[in-house]
Amino acid sequence: MVEFSYTLRNVMLGASLLGVMGGVVGSFALLRRQSLLGDALAHAALPGVCLAFLLTGQKSPPSLLLGATLAGVAGALFILVVVRWSRIKEDAAIGIVLSVFFAVGMVLLTRIQKLETGNQSGLDKYLFGQAATLVDDDLKWMSIVGAVVLLTVGLFFKEFKLLAFDNAFGASLGFPMRGIEVILTCLLVVVVVVGLQTVGVVLMVAALITPAAAARQWTDRLGIMVFLAAAIGGLSGAAGAVISASVERLPPGPTIVLVSSCALAVSLLFAPRRGLLWAYLRKRSVMARIRRENLLKDLYLMGERERGWSNFVSLSALMGLRGQGAREIERNAQPLLQQQLLEASRDDLRLTQAGFAEAQQVVRKHRLWELYLTRRLELPSDHVHRDAEAMEHALSEGAVAALEARLGFPKEDPHGRPIPPRRSR
Amino acid sequence: MTSAVVIQLVGGFVAASCALVGTFLVLRRMALLGDAISHAVLPGIVIAFLLTGSRAALPMVLGASALGVVTVFLVGVLNRSRRLYEDTSIGVVFPALFSVGVILVSRYASQVDLDLDCVLHGEIGLAPFDTLIIGGQSFGSKALWVTGGTLLLDLALVLLLYKELKIASFDPDLAAAVGFSPLLLHYLLMSAVSVTVVGSFESVGAILVVAMLVVPAATAYLFTNRLSTMLLLAVGIGVASSSAGYHFARWYDCSIAGAMAAAAGGFFVLGLLLSPRNGLIARAYVTKRLRERLNEQLVLLHLKRHGEAFPPPRASRTESVQERFGWSPSRWRHVVRRLEEQGLVERVGEDLQLTAAGARALEQTGTSVLAHCP
Repeated sequence: MVEFSYTLRNVMLGASLLGVMGGVVGSFALLRRQSLLGDALAHAALPGVCLAFLLTGQKSPPSLLLGATLAGVAGALFILVVVRWSRIKEDAAIGIVLSVFFAVGMVLLTRIQKLETGNQSGLDKYLFGQAATLVDDDLKWMSIVGAVVLLTVGLFFKEFKLLAFDNAFGASLGFPMRGIEVILTCLLVVVVVVGLQTVGVVLMVAALITPAAAARQWTDRLGIMVFLAAAIGGLSGAAGAVISASVERLPPGPTIVLVSSCALAVSLLFAPRRGLLWAYLRKRSVMARIRRENLLKDLYLMGERERGWSNFVSLSALMGLRGQGAREIERNAQPLLQQQLLEASRDDLRLTQAGFAEAQQVVRKHRLWELYLTRRLELPSDHVHRDAEAMEHALSEGAVAALEARLGFPKEDPHGRPIPPRRSR
Repeated sequence: MTSAVVIQLVGGFVAASCALVGTFLVLRRMALLGDAISHAVLPGIVIAFLLTGSRAALPMVLGASALGVVTVFLVGVLNRSRRLYEDTSIGVVFPALFSVGVILVSRYASQVDLDLDCVLHGEIGLAPFDTLIIGGQSFGSKALWVTGGTLLLDLALVLLLYKELKIASFDPDLAAAVGFSPLLLHYLLMSAVSVTVVGSFESVGAILVVAMLVVPAATAYLFTNRLSTMLLLAVGIGVASSSAGYHFARWYDCSIAGAMAAAAGGFFVLGLLLSPRNGLIARAYVTKRLRERLNEQLVLLHLKRHGEAFPPPRASRTESVQERFGWSPSRWRHVVRRLEEQGLVERVGEDLQLTAAGARALEQTGTSVLAHCP
């Protein structure tokens, strides 16, 4: 069991606070496709911290935070200018700010180390973040900043929403979109700067993006997404802190990132509707249905050619139609046999009464759609088969009835073959 | 070789190899994938350390390349799932991999002689002192061999697959149609990026590799539209940055690698301001000239129409024209002065009148301005 120490309490509080702030602000960054802006800002803060230290000679949080914030804003401005007025694209601009600002920071940091021996210790915690060294004073600052950030987002929620989804519409309504963008970017800078000392430069990126990306999977509503992102960020922070405290030599920052990455993986796989697992299962069941319907249709077409459906059809005859193997056809036939849509005599297959009615509906959709395309789009009749091959599995019964009425209850498809009647009740 | 020469050579090799692959990263808008790879290779390096227990170059390169490919693969999978934007995919993958690396380092730090600080920041100043020893014989600086080898590898890639990389970068559809796989080239290029990143690790560090990958290539992009020129320029700028950075660091007594990357940034800012075609100054000048030309044409056109409606000598009152356009007095004076200097208009008493030259000028260019008139 983990001992609930002072350090653990501070790390948990700090990490959760950061998670909540990162989730909220990161949601907007993610939707504005600026996920990696935070990366650049986190790196850009370093020279600000160093300059503030060089100028004031102190390591007091307010002046260092201010320096980092100003440097972050400068970095954001630089990206804006480069993207707007040169041919350099956003990715390269972010890469340039990230690396060059950081390099300048390195230059200053090493300079400081050589100027004043020992006194600079702690400046580099802004690089890697040392959650374990968080003290009450740091937490106080984080809470204040967190409150300001949440309050601002609450106040400007509608404006930020406009910015994220339809900037031009916002401008046409008369909102000062440029100013709103500046406010949001400033919030991003502030959160990044505060987060640096907890998780460090690289992992700050994850604190911004990963909870927001996870939250995005569960909802299409911005308000819910922001709330969820805050919750996922906060919980990952707390859980990561506890795990890292209970296992030896497991640094908190990376642990927190891995916890939120797991949350993202779970969300990507299992979120209702968007979950990849469900999408895979849905696709599999649709494909299986299509294969079953095709088998019914094949048997119907064969019977039509032979003017009768009473004969059993051999597997080898069916294999010739779609280049399927015997195993594949048997697998498709299995559920149909169980539903008594097909009946088998040894390996040969035949439509039952119910199966015949089922197959009629598929063929009906196919032929009505072919006719619709030739009449409505005036496509030549030899160009419509492929399209109908897909639509026969997608059209609903209601849509087909409407189609039939629109076409004036036709008897034959463009190739002169009979269109089967609607399902008799 | 003196240590100064070794350091500059290593810096130059790193800069050149980064510039070669970086050019393609910038052109394909994948600069941030380079950033991601430079962080994500960390666990690969640590695992290579753990498995071999040595700092030998080959396992390190292999481990890092494997992780580079894993990064690109994961980003690609997330991207294709259409659940995340591309930048988001990059941004969730590399911190996670990097975290795994950091955790591995802190858990097994005692087993491997691996300093996280050094991996991330590099210390090119140590390059001359870490010598390559094979069979008890010294072959000079190890970093020189590693970075030199990386450069040769990148050079070979670019020279051998120049045409393929070019087509795949500018027109992936054509590349696929012509019959070579853009995806394969993509992975090949990303493997080269991984190898380059690892090769540069010990000298400039993970984070500053990004500077050498992106900044010289972006600077070169400001100056040319030709791929071959861009490659040469990027290499040149990279080497110049590392040399300038070295001398600055010696003078200012600071991190050499940091100074090299900062120097690259300096070159970029210079290019951004001064590039003749794409620089901010050139652009501002062109925009200003265009605006002036438009204003002049508007005045000429107005005088012509007015002159047709009220034939000379009743031409146009200066103030009435100024009022019509709604311009500030200073702007008005400026436009009229320029027109007078070119001999296109002349003052007749209170009025402004087209000269013969002005009428001819309008005939030549007038139609293009008509589009701007209500």
